[in-house]
Amino acid sequence: MRPENYQAVNHPPSNEYELNFGPNHPGIEGNYALKVKLQGDTVVEARADAGYLHRGFEKLMEDRLWIQNISLVPRICVPDPVPMEVCYSLAVEELAGLELPERAQWLRVLQLELSRIAAHLFYFGGHAATTGMYTPMYWGVADRDLLLDLFEELTGGRVYSIYNMPGGVRQDIPRGFLQRLSDTLDYIEGRLKDYDNLFFTNQIFVKRAKGIGIISQEQALEWSVTGPNLRACGLEFDVRRDDPYLIYDQLKFDIPTEHGGDAWARTLVRRLEMVESISIIRQVIKALPDIKGPVRTPIPNPLAWRVPAGDSYARVESSKGELAYYVVSNGGDKPYRVHIRGPSAMHAVQVLEKLAVGCRVEDVAQTMFSLDACPPEVDR
Amino acid sequence: MKMKLKSKKAPVIDHSDSGSLLNPLKNLQFLARKPVTEPLKPRLASLNYRGFHLNDWEECVGCASCQKICDNAAITMVEIPGLPNDPVKGIRNHRPAIDYGRCCWCALCVDICPSSSLSLSREYVHTCDQEHIDSYFILPDPNGIHKEHFGKGWQKTEHSDLLSLTRSVMAELEPENRIDNFDEIVDGFTPEQAVLEASRCVQCGMCHDSCPTNMHAPEYIRAIWNNDAEEAVRQIYRTNPFAHVCGRVCTHRCEDACSIGIRGEPIAIRWLKRYAMDSVSHERIKEIVNEGNTAKSSGKKVAIIGAGPAGLTAAFDLVRSGHQVEVFEALPHAGGMTRYGIPDYRLPFDTLQQDIDIITSLGVKIHYNCIIGKNKRMSTLRKNFDAVILAIGLSQGRQTRIKNSDHRHVYRAVDLLQKISTGEEIELPHSVAVIGGGNVAMDIARSLARLQKQQYGKVQITLTALEEQQHFMADPEEIKESLEEGIVIKDSCGPQGCEIDNDGKLTGLKTWKVTSIFDEQHRFAPQYDEEQEVVHNCEAVIEAIGQFADTSLLGKELTEQLEWNRGRLQIDENGQTSEDWLWSAGDCVNGPDVVHAVADGHRVAASIEQQLKVKTQ
Repeated sequence: MRPENYQAVNHPPSNEYELNFGPNHPGIEGNYALKVKLQGDTVVEARADAGYLHRGFEKLMEDRLWIQNISLVPRICVPDPVPMEVCYSLAVEELAGLELPERAQWLRVLQLELSRIAAHLFYFGGHAATTGMYTPMYWGVADRDLLLDLFEELTGGRVYSIYNMPGGVRQDIPRGFLQRLSDTLDYIEGRLKDYDNLFFTNQIFVKRAKGIGIISQEQALEWSVTGPNLRACGLEFDVRRDDPYLIYDQLKFDIPTEHGGDAWARTLVRRLEMVESISIIRQVIKALPDIKGPVRTPIPNPLAWRVPAGDSYARVESSKGELAYYVVSNGGDKPYRVHIRGPSAMHAVQVLEKLAVGCRVEDVAQTMFSLDACPPEVDR
Repeated sequence: MKMKLKSKKAPVIDHSDSGSLLNPLKNLQFLARKPVTEPLKPRLASLNYRGFHLNDWEECVGCASCQKICDNAAITMVEIPGLPNDPVKGIRNHRPAIDYGRCCWCALCVDICPSSSLSLSREYVHTCDQEHIDSYFILPDPNGIHKEHFGKGWQKTEHSDLLSLTRSVMAELEPENRIDNFDEIVDGFTPEQAVLEASRCVQCGMCHDSCPTNMHAPEYIRAIWNNDAEEAVRQIYRTNPFAHVCGRVCTHRCEDACSIGIRGEPIAIRWLKRYAMDSVSHERIKEIVNEGNTAKSSGKKVAIIGAGPAGLTAAFDLVRSGHQVEVFEALPHAGGMTRYGIPDYRLPFDTLQQDIDIITSLGVKIHYNCIIGKNKRMSTLRKNFDAVILAIGLSQGRQTRIKNSDHRHVYRAVDLLQKISTGEEIELPHSVAVIGGGNVAMDIARSLARLQKQQYGKVQITLTALEEQQHFMADPEEIKESLEEGIVIKDSCGPQGCEIDNDGKLTGLKTWKVTSIFDEQHRFAPQYDEEQEVVHNCEAVIEAIGQFADTSLLGKELTEQLEWNRGRLQIDENGQTSEDWLWSAGDCVNGPDVVHAVADGHRVAASIEQQLKVKTQ
């Protein structure tokens, strides 16, 4: 928490007044606050206030065995935990020189995309709620639940799957899983039209979201905007295609972009990405039965596993933007230092503080949510 | 980094169309659809679900690996008094208790569990009021948290198993390269192999508990893993001055108790000990052993009869406590059975000598070729010393007393082994039949096989034993290696007599097939099938059916004074005999085993130390 927030408030002599968005506010996932100064209905200054959820993940990881960290990392981003596990594993695998079995790579892509859809469903439901539309929120959360059922079946856990670990994934897919996955995808795909009618092309929403929180292309580059938020500005960049990891170079998918860089464009990019993710998972479903072999390269006893000294950097495209792990080992049984480059920290602090200025008060929540920042990941 | 600026194209989803006025009517279709909301009924979790823990108490050995891997420190090992607690088998009566206020259901505990007793169930609902808040602290059993059967969820599979169950490979001599010489068979670990092997250890400490002398195996394994062989030596010498010997020929009860051994190959604790000892120089080991030794001379004198592991271990302890120790050894070398009973290919004499050198360097004086009862009398020892330890071992071979076993070509294994180890000329028979299925039988058979190969170019040795091969007393490796070296093993054969021809020459060993060894009261009473009689042709027969102690050195008077129990000296739990100045330790008390002898040495040394202290005060 920023110390200045606890200083005595200097009441402005003007007609400005201060308003807190958060830390308990439906406009953002989790505990996070935006303190805005208003002149009339218009925001003249905004200060991001993080720290309500600080758990010190990076420091905690230094005190845990390489394997123990796999149950810690998904907690860093609750709505989209899989990229956290995968990215950490990729970084450790690079350090340890562990080869990743092919089947594990396909299974990781399957989870990553499934998690992306789940996160986007959660996101658009939340975004709708910030504009007062609660039905899409129920729909988004309920349909995400179907994906969580799949996660439960595959990994044993609904939200924190703790399924990836350095060397691969912990178990192979259960019998009949691909069929059930395929059925759920068909259902979600069928629902997209309903979402469009209800939300994405709904004039109540379009008129609210158009022109809100515009990021120009120059600003996007300057502010380290990544992921769907970047692509909503018409800039086509995706780690999956431009710096492929796992087996993304063997898959066919489009990178949807939009123009305008406003809240509506950001929402729409995510809506279009769901289609691509469904297509990617279908490619995995098709390919997976022919890919034999183990799902994990065994590691030595985790209680006494030392990773050679060195550092590694792994990055993946999470649903929220570019996520990267910088891991340093001093040759010990625990990481020496882990730094997480999360997309949300950029989006929720440096971008939001600037975007909110000039907004009307009723659009602040929407601006916050349209960036899809994840507070636990800001705090880490 | 590529970043493309996307050209403007028509949006995929057209938002400009504000739609028809009748659009709201579309909503009527939802009346016929299933609602998206979840019904309020209990939902069965998936087959793989990570719910509350289950623990099979029959399988669980209480090794606490789950506690170590738990990244939330949610697991506490709780002692359950009613459960079996058997250090030799590697079973502790501890079971994991889970604090569900801390657990995150990651199931790493399941994936590491050496016995596979832990699993997670498909049960996921538990709640309580403030008064029953303790109900979040659970001792998982096979029935689940609420004793309702939800079935197993997450279980360990071959993919998720986190332990490495196979040993690090160590080079050893191939049978054809070892059969004609007495070179040491195993090469020992290289540093990389040793670290890899040490990394398999989960530090459960079962080895420590099962070891007769409670060696600090987890500590020295960890030290080896940390590339700190000197620390490993330091840990080894805390309890065992026969470190080189035990690193090679120990009967390794630690490995039998090792929890990795439940599903895989136990940690090669013995070879790791050997690695630690071999990788530190002799001079440095001496320095390490002497570290912190500030004992002042007590002015007390202790005599030890027999310079074997038991006697010298006691000497090691006592001399470090400041007592003056003199050891009387009947033979020209120290080491007892480890010197005269164990062949060079298992325990090279120079490595044994290193152990002894360290003990003597502390000030232990050994009188060689000094036979008590002949060169010196017990009464003299009693007069000149404050305490006397009898550590005479089992020097005499037992005899079968079968027909013609008094023939001059019927030998006792221990006698022959002693001759071979001292390099004495023996009359090497072309073909041999060995009676016995223990390690001594294997030692003599394999030693003679080597000599036969050297002198005659071929091996002709038959080993006969009462037991079936899988029940031999000998180590399985010994049996395997014997077979590789060309020794023929005939199991379930009871010796009946030696065949002698008209010239008085031994020609064979007659055996009958054994049908049972013990009677209903589990007493030794072998039954034979006389129909199945076999004569094993041989020029010599060797009896390797056990040894006994030669207590004639005590003299008549003392023998009568002492209390005996079935032919053995009666001793108390500290090794003290009925005479307050005389202790007994080692094989002559416990039967043949190096590490038991070492443990015994410590025990009598502690007892003597205590008594001498009392006397001083």
